[in-house]
Amino acid sequence: MTAAVLFENVSRHFGTVKAVDAVDLEIAAGEFFAMLGPSGSGKTTCLRLMAGFEQPTGGHIEIFGETAEGVPPYRRSVNTVFQDYALFPHLSILDNVAYGLMVKGIGRQERHRAAEDALAMVKLPGYGQRRPGQLSGGQRQRVALARALVNKPKVLLLDEPLGALDLKLREQMQEELKSLQKSLGITFVFVTHDQGEALSMADRIAVFNDGKIQQLGTPEDIYQRPQTRFVADFVGSSNILSSAICARLGVPAAAASLRPEAIAIGTSWAEQLTLPGTVTARSFLGAVNRVSVDCDGEKIVVASPAAMPLPDIGAEVQLAFSRNDLHVMEAA
Amino acid sequence: MTLAATQTILPNRPRLSGRISDFLWKHPQVLLAVLLGPPVLWLGIIYLGSLFALLLQSFFSIDDFSGLINYEFTLATYRQLLSDANFDIIVRTVLMAATVTLFSAVIAFPIAYYAARYARGKWKAVFYLGVMLPLWSSYLVKIYAWKLILAKEGILTWAFTKLNLLWLLDGWLSLPVIGGNSLSVSYTGTFLVFVYVWMPFMILPIQAALERIPANLIEASSDLGGTPQQTFRHVLFPLALPGIVAGSIFTFSLTLGDYIIPQIVGSSRLFIGQAVYAQQGTAGNIPLAAAFTVVPIVIMGLYLWMAKRMGAFDAL
Repeated sequence: MTAAVLFENVSRHFGTVKAVDAVDLEIAAGEFFAMLGPSGSGKTTCLRLMAGFEQPTGGHIEIFGETAEGVPPYRRSVNTVFQDYALFPHLSILDNVAYGLMVKGIGRQERHRAAEDALAMVKLPGYGQRRPGQLSGGQRQRVALARALVNKPKVLLLDEPLGALDLKLREQMQEELKSLQKSLGITFVFVTHDQGEALSMADRIAVFNDGKIQQLGTPEDIYQRPQTRFVADFVGSSNILSSAICARLGVPAAAASLRPEAIAIGTSWAEQLTLPGTVTARSFLGAVNRVSVDCDGEKIVVASPAAMPLPDIGAEVQLAFSRNDLHVMEAA
Repeated sequence: MTLAATQTILPNRPRLSGRISDFLWKHPQVLLAVLLGPPVLWLGIIYLGSLFALLLQSFFSIDDFSGLINYEFTLATYRQLLSDANFDIIVRTVLMAATVTLFSAVIAFPIAYYAARYARGKWKAVFYLGVMLPLWSSYLVKIYAWKLILAKEGILTWAFTKLNLLWLLDGWLSLPVIGGNSLSVSYTGTFLVFVYVWMPFMILPIQAALERIPANLIEASSDLGGTPQQTFRHVLFPLALPGIVAGSIFTFSLTLGDYIIPQIVGSSRLFIGQAVYAQQGTAGNIPLAAAFTVVPIVIMGLYLWMAKRMGAFDAL
């Protein structure tokens, strides 16, 4: 099966800045794909390369088997939901949504009907006569989505589309986007710096740093088995155990990652690894308590269920965890 | 923490300035009145007042025998304004102003677009300098320079001769109305000088308008399938329109009122500005001069009204 988007050794350099550096990527048709990374990691440039706003300085890009480099954005069956929505301020909502159909020469009546349908799909029926300035952030976000989807794109690109929304709305939109993607079957490529968003929505995630992909895999892979220190640190908040601690545990490794929620305090039974330490800080986070433990000068964070008794600061505790939860990493 | 105040409420600043600050903070409308009062009085009395007095003059008439102004309301002056000879002046000026405005906009847009979209740092400074520099030198010097450039013995004729294109220039000059003996005594010459002199007034507002258009709107149009031509027509042009209208107000009204350029470069036929100058000076016909100045005001009013109806200010 042809990949929806294929990057072969793609680079985009701005002078000496390597925004995207030798990236290989294959996004399957119908996939919900997330590109995750801090700002300046190259994820947005990758998206812009797919949209055609940027041209690669090296490598090869295919969209559904067709060569994409040198093809202008207006000849790609790819649509973008922009970070700040980029709605046309001088057009009504209906004309905004119908814009893509208008420039393709579809008649007024037909395109307005399609735009009404698209607005209904994003739960904004009857908003067509308003102006973008009269809508809230969440509503504008939906209009931007409708404006892109009305063109029935092969690939929908979303550039941090939920970044400007408040928490409640963001969670609601995450669910809606996910179900919309399932029902439409369109390939979604989603750029975000929010690891929670990527983990909860995506089928697969590419973690970016310094213009390169650090790790590519399912959310479980990325979260449970981070391959590099960067991924372990950026996705969730893994503890990174040094080689000295690893050696004490009888695990020869340059470094290993350990999830805070995989550690238990105080309890210990056979076939488990244990580490003694001193509690240095604790905070209540609702469902869990966050406990910082000092083990020979290395800080280890434990997410302890709120139901468990909370040790006092300065208390000597035993940390217990399974060998299976300890993931050996390359030194990087 | 030695700097931390021991009191919650700080004492008032000493003397008068402290009391004034407190008073103005409590009564912001007083501050507004103080700031706006003088300019409003200036505009209201000196400017609008004299304009109104001028308009009033246009409803008086002049006694043909004594040359004295007859202070009785009459429309006779306007009848005189619409006589064939005077109406020709109006039509000539309006056509010239419209052509100058149209060409200025066409030439200014790409320059403004480049400056707003691509010029950064040093090139932006070069742009501003290039646009503003002509404004710093004397208006009269520039016009006389143009007279020399456009003269029959001038550099333009010389260049056309060297390029073996003199036939083109001669062909153009042999055209009726816009032609003449040489460029410096033709409407074409007047037109060129007008376009040159008012160009900065068209470039700057368009550049300001283009600068306010977020770059991602252009990307969004392209992303949705709009070719560059469609993006210009449906996004860039409508959003730049307020700037184009603002620029055209300058070029249009400046051309309508100018009386020096057509006097130095061009045929001897009058423009509105020259007519006003002649009527209020040598002819001493203040009412007719006033009536002539009403024409640009009415035309600009109509123009703005039309621009508004066409939605030029919707994007503001």
